Amino acid sequence: MSRDEFILKAEGVHKSYWMGEAEVRVLKGVELAVRRGEFLAIVGASGSGKSTLLHILGALDRPDKGVVRFEGRDLSRTNSSELNRFRNKMVGFVFQFYHLLDELNVLENVFLPTMAGKSVVGWLRCRRWAKSRARELLSQLGLGERAHHKPYQLSGGERQRVAIGRALMNEPRLLLVDEPTGNLDSATGNAILEVLEKLHKGGQTIVMVTHDERIAQRAGRIITLADGKIEHKSRSA
Amino acid sequence: MYKFILAIRYLLKKRISYFSVAAIALCVFVVFVVITVLSGLTAEFKKNTYLSVGDCVVSSKSLVGFGYYGEFIKILERRDFVEAACPVIKSYAFVKGASDPHQMRYQEYTLEIMGIDAAAHSQVTGFGEWLHYNRGDVSNAFKPSYDPNLVGCVPGIGIMASRNSEGRYNIPEELPRVRFEVNCFPLTAKGALAKAGAGEMSTKTFYYSDAAESGVARADWKRIYLPFDEAQKLCGMGTEPKRINAIYIKFRPDVKLSSGCEKVRKLWEEFVEKKAGAKHSNLLENVRVQSWKIHNRSAVAIAETQQALMIFCFGMIGLITVFIVFVVFYMIVSHKSKDIGVLKSIGSSNENILGLFLVFAFLMGIAGSFIGAVCGWQFLVYINQMEDWLFRHFEFQLFTRRMYAIGDIPNAIDLKVLAGVIVSAIAACLVGAAVPSWQAAKLEPVDSLQVGQL
Repeated sequence: MSRDEFILKAEGVHKSYWMGEAEVRVLKGVELAVRRGEFLAIVGASGSGKSTLLHILGALDRPDKGVVRFEGRDLSRTNSSELNRFRNKMVGFVFQFYHLLDELNVLENVFLPTMAGKSVVGWLRCRRWAKSRARELLSQLGLGERAHHKPYQLSGGERQRVAIGRALMNEPRLLLVDEPTGNLDSATGNAILEVLEKLHKGGQTIVMVTHDERIAQRAGRIITLADGKIEHKSRSA
Repeated sequence: MYKFILAIRYLLKKRISYFSVAAIALCVFVVFVVITVLSGLTAEFKKNTYLSVGDCVVSSKSLVGFGYYGEFIKILERRDFVEAACPVIKSYAFVKGASDPHQMRYQEYTLEIMGIDAAAHSQVTGFGEWLHYNRGDVSNAFKPSYDPNLVGCVPGIGIMASRNSEGRYNIPEELPRVRFEVNCFPLTAKGALAKAGAGEMSTKTFYYSDAAESGVARADWKRIYLPFDEAQKLCGMGTEPKRINAIYIKFRPDVKLSSGCEKVRKLWEEFVEKKAGAKHSNLLENVRVQSWKIHNRSAVAIAETQQALMIFCFGMIGLITVFIVFVVFYMIVSHKSKDIGVLKSIGSSNENILGLFLVFAFLMGIAGSFIGAVCGWQFLVYINQMEDWLFRHFEFQLFTRRMYAIGDIPNAIDLKVLAGVIVSAIAACLVGAAVPSWQAAKLEPVDSLQVGQL
């Protein structure tokens, strides 16, 4: 993949859904470019298509029209195994509702992406490294003591930090974050945003969607999604 | 690797999977027990049937019989594949049995009479072991202990005694004095009544000398064994060339049934050719050579068909297992759609998702089969004790011994049967889980995650 300035580009992305017999056009030609190391916030009202756009950028969904390029490569032209590899190694997803696996403990949830990307033999070879890295991430996220707890034993903020740890496990080039504070109180949400800011300072490229302008202010650049298209704004100092 | 970890966790944590495991265990238990008992009953029946005729039967299609049997038996005995051969006379008779010395009270029977040489017959069949009073010593089979000079007879044990609730015959320790008057219609070599116009029946009195329990109901309840020479005279077969109805043959242990019977068939064909033109040689053409299975095919086929039908019916239980697993997996996949979305969002392939649920189904099959097999094994080990306990306390028997000609319920474990049942149970689980697993694999991550976010 090329090392140009932009890690991610969306060109003329359209997406619509069918609600019964009515077609709902959510994205109507989105144009977007994300620089390496950037912290971008996409703001929009509820139902504006922010999560849809994020899913398309992370190759969890396909656009009806348009192209998404990751490091210059058209994601629509990649086969399923390459897409799986992309989701496993290149991008990390943080969901609004955390989406941790209840049957796994915190440590296992964090190193799950590494396990998912390896065969049985490959996993046996790298499991020590994976567990060590997972512990390190948990420690950085303030959850070192919680490694063997189950998700139901954690607070909302702790679960969101576990989800961030999972997303960072394979050192992805791009972190996609969907309403990270949507289910949290302001203090806890603030703590999560501080984690994201710290990651960004470390060079992580982050694209975050939120409906809250105040949360968006924590990013380096803000764009607004309205009426299925992007409006651009700059970060206030 | 996560497939195995998650599958084990799903199995242990999801309560609904316990129902599935219980259903599989129950199915394995029922099928294993039923197949074992039925197979045991059929095997016992076939063994007893085999022991009553030996490996091969050379028999006439009619009651007239065939001659020159002595020569053919000598030919057989000179062959290295034959261990023993014996002549048999078979016919039917009206029999009056009386224990009352004045014959004021008697019972009438229509029985099959079988004329045998006790010593030769016990070398081919299990006759020596069937005797009650002279077990293992056939020389006294036809000598009543109360008067060895009398001509004895050996009726089937069901004629002389009734079965108790334990399936054993109530036979007195001392040989009772019972007289049997045997009346039959002797036939000439041409098939005509030998005594037509002159009384028509041959009658002779025999004395109860022993009882035979072969385990074959037809023989035990409807047959009486007579000394060979006496039976031959009674049936009008004593004139030259003397006739019999069948030759029973036992092969050496290393001889295959089919090849042994083929050799006997060739020998018989050569013998018939050699005897062409001899007196009553036409009767030799009415003779067939059959293996014991073919000779008893009507009875054996019934037993085997019953066994196959029961196994088929209980095998349908496997379909129920498939359905239960299908329903359970459908519910689990619906409930786990969020997990599937997460796994796909971190790069799991469709094949891995499919593999996860198939591993889960496999583990469910293993767990259920293990439980069912252990419970079934224990049940079979103690099945007769349990039946005894139930009978003592509630007078209940699964197979009423007064009706069913069995002793203990067969409970010999066949590891091949057990392995087959387990493999089938696991296969049923995989089949039941296949469609929901495939649907799980096909789920689009965004669809499953959006459901979670609603």
